[in-house]
Amino acid sequence: MSIISRGFRGKRRDDSGRVPPGQYLVDDFPVLSAGPTPRVPLDRWEFAIDTEAEQTHRWSWEEFMALPAETPTVDIHCVTKWSKLDTTWEGVSLDVLFEDVETAAEYALVHSYGGYTTNLPLEDLLDGKAWIVHRFDGEELAPQHGGPARLIVPHLYFWKSAKWVRGIRLLNEDWPGFWETAGYHNYGDPWREQRYEGD
Amino acid sequence: MTEHLDGNALAGPLSEIFAVDVTSATGRCVSCGLAGPVASLRVYGPDPGLVARCPGCEEVVLRLVRGPGTAWLDLRGTVSLRVNLPE
Ligand SMILES: [Zn+2]
Repeated sequence: MSIISRGFRGKRRDDSGRVPPGQYLVDDFPVLSAGPTPRVPLDRWEFAIDTEAEQTHRWSWEEFMALPAETPTVDIHCVTKWSKLDTTWEGVSLDVLFEDVETAAEYALVHSYGGYTTNLPLEDLLDGKAWIVHRFDGEELAPQHGGPARLIVPHLYFWKSAKWVRGIRLLNEDWPGFWETAGYHNYGDPWREQRYEGD
Repeated sequence: MTEHLDGNALAGPLSEIFAVDVTSATGRCVSCGLAGPVASLRVYGPDPGLVARCPGCEEVVLRLVRGPGTAWLDLRGTVSLRVNLPE
């Protein structure tokens, strides 16, 4: 992406044990897309959690920005084999968003502006493992990287980290998402190389 | 900046699966009913997979994921493919 970070190689950090099998490190930030980039005006943006009991919890942009923020620094791993270490984000932990959500559901289907979906067990979104972020590398999250806001779930392959996130539907049964219905693995653990169905 | 390729980008990857050139076939979109050559679709990818969208409504018409030793082809957005064959 940025010319500055592409050419800059300072002191090499200790990468040992941080790169999952079959991955290589990049300094830039490749953009993969499955459709046109949605442009979501902030005054029309909302994020919603729908429970299996049809309870809806909703946040406008203003309400979302008023929630306590965190600044996670995480390693990310794309199923197309690039990994990027120490990426810095700012956003809201899913633990905060789920604080008042009553649910016994085991599964989550994340959905996005533009129609993208991805599924994962609800427990993979909780306990400090996932965030809805609106800033990357000290700047507003660019639309091609999922702005105004995207999910990040760094411990799974990055297709689970839905760009342009709009909401999460809680389900009693697993509902495979966009790539999960087209050959990609249902769970996507990079450390077990769960790239494709059957891996 | 054009974000997508045209449907001719599907010719090589689909020729691995089909004996005929599918890009010249006429497909009909499930979502809006528009019919046109597969070559006129808007193709995003190639990674993590090829996603071909209808030029009329932008819904997904066809998806193709190629893994090692396996391809997954999803045509649920396609009503039908009309393929002209020699008599
Ligand atoms: Zn259509």
